[in-house]
Amino acid sequence: MTDPTPRHDTSTSDPEEPPPGGVLAESDEQVAAYSDGSEIAARSQWQLFRRKFFRHKLAMGSLVYLAIVVVAAINAETVAPYAYDDINVVMRGTAPTFEEMHFFGTDQLGRDYFSRVLFGARTSLSVAWIVAVVVGVIGTTVGAIAGFYRGWVDAALMRMTDLVIIFPALAVLLVFAALFGQGRPTRIGIILGLLLWPTLARIVRGVFLSLREKEFVQAARACGAGDLRIMFRHMIPNTIGPIVVNMTLVMAAAIIIEATLAFLGFGVNPPTPALGRLMDEGRSSMQTQWWLIVMPGMALVSIALAVNFIGDGLRDALDPTQQEK
Amino acid sequence: MSDPLLSIRDLVTQFDTADGTVRAVDGVSYDVYPGETVGVVGESGSGKSVTVMSVLGLIPEPPGRIADGQVLLEGRDLLTLSDAEFRDVRGKDIAMIFQDPMTSLNPVLTVGSQIAEAIEVHRSHLSDDAIRKRVIELLELVGVPNADDRFDQYPHEYSGGMRQRAMIAMAIANEPKILIADEPTTALDVTIQAQVLNVLQTAQDETNAGTILITHDLGVIAEMADRVVVMYGGRVVETGTVDEIFHSPKHPYTLGLLSSLPRPDADLERLEPIPGQPPSLINLPSGCAFHPRCRMGNDRQRCRFETPERIDLDAGRSTACHYYEEMDAEIQRVQDATGAEISTEDEDA
Repeated sequence: MTDPTPRHDTSTSDPEEPPPGGVLAESDEQVAAYSDGSEIAARSQWQLFRRKFFRHKLAMGSLVYLAIVVVAAINAETVAPYAYDDINVVMRGTAPTFEEMHFFGTDQLGRDYFSRVLFGARTSLSVAWIVAVVVGVIGTTVGAIAGFYRGWVDAALMRMTDLVIIFPALAVLLVFAALFGQGRPTRIGIILGLLLWPTLARIVRGVFLSLREKEFVQAARACGAGDLRIMFRHMIPNTIGPIVVNMTLVMAAAIIIEATLAFLGFGVNPPTPALGRLMDEGRSSMQTQWWLIVMPGMALVSIALAVNFIGDGLRDALDPTQQEK
Repeated sequence: MSDPLLSIRDLVTQFDTADGTVRAVDGVSYDVYPGETVGVVGESGSGKSVTVMSVLGLIPEPPGRIADGQVLLEGRDLLTLSDAEFRDVRGKDIAMIFQDPMTSLNPVLTVGSQIAEAIEVHRSHLSDDAIRKRVIELLELVGVPNADDRFDQYPHEYSGGMRQRAMIAMAIANEPKILIADEPTTALDVTIQAQVLNVLQTAQDETNAGTILITHDLGVIAEMADRVVVMYGGRVVETGTVDEIFHSPKHPYTLGLLSSLPRPDADLERLEPIPGQPPSLINLPSGCAFHPRCRMGNDRQRCRFETPERIDLDAGRSTACHYYEEMDAEIQRVQDATGAEISTEDEDA
């Protein structure tokens, strides 16, 4: 190939058709396999991801657990043995028992605690879900625009992000609760989401900054693709991994923060049970009726942990630098 | 000759860096005619890629800036177009094949959909079925076997050579007038290189596009190009036909490139590499940028202080050397020193 004189006679082989050995000469077993009819199925990204994720036992266990909790919480009305405000006067203050299906016992008024925890978990999960959506949308958009356009757009958006980061989330939430009173899960979720997006924005910005220098972005540009097409079709799909991982972590944080708020007496409207409020109510009698604080506490910790473990599993599975063992 | 399709005129592209403004391309001019292949050779940093990036309007601004010059596509100056107008030119009138097929395909989209996108961007009225059919035709044209199955595969399921074929398919999807190939074979195995060059030739024949082939591989130039543009330090130092460049170079840098090649056909006593390093664009030598490495210049004042302008020797034949008349003697000296045969009209018949 380094001979400068035109002696490679390429004209003998018709350029329309690659030389018969040409296709086979590709040093790729796949191609060779194609030409003799037997296909070697290549593993797609998705298959690789699934394999890695399924091997992550903790994450798989968490996924199963969380799936059960989510389904139970969504269908709380049918799953729970009682409504959260049904009172069983006879069995007031009973410790966990199978008798009359008071698995988590009852409180001083005789309300079934398992049902109350389940409805509380529903509140926590719906807040977490709303937070994830709000954070996903705002964080991705801000980070993508900042990383894609750089320059003053980037500077302005990132300073705004810094501003939101320094808000003390709890204090802001308490002020909101004091101003507007306690709200529905939607309101708490949106406010929390408006406070928690900066981390995701920074991550997405970082990924975008490196992606925009990639050759395939240049290639798309050279094809005449516009900014929006490049961002949404080429760059965001390459950012899904970090986005999903960060969203799970944000969900876990949101569950804890919502519980903290409820524990402090803010958060969702009173008749709706929330895990944090159940713990607050159980606090006074925890010396004698331990289940009143332990049961919602366990529910809270297990849900937050499960979400975290899933996030871990996703991160490991999506990280191509982590080799399969 | 007919009118050039693409005409680059006195192009100047600058980059603002922490160490000052760098002229990566400094007054480059060359033409591309329909159906011909122009080879652009030069070392890393000679401005060959920046020139074509400027043509495509893909110079990142800032820090880059096209400071001067014109890029005329059939007489229309591309540099005066709005962003939207330029987007319409990219991929339709001028298409580009990138160096590294491993990174120029988006890993999360199927190859077929990426080629389809190139069509979709410019011809949104076509139905999905029509586009798919066209993409499969293109894949077959560039020699991808089982194109129908391969449409739905992801880039990692393609080998390097297949990916570069897919890139070529993408580039010719809209039958561009100008096809730019930036080191299309550099990242490939030697065995695949010739195949890909064949495909490129096919693609060019199919579209009758004027092709700009950027490479540092003189073998590729010899095989593919009709005319050659030699660049050094952001400037064009010599232009000519392949025969002229290979057999009677009129610039000592071109001769240096030729004499530093191992040639199996010639009974070489030794190679004569170009001494020194390619110049840093931040601190380009004064006068002729090549003078510190030039064996012919002998530190003459004129070479050190006077920047050589382009000297037109003939139609399409030019050099930028003050002392190009001495080249015959220099060629003789190199031949004596290395045993290589350069100017003896050895047309391998």
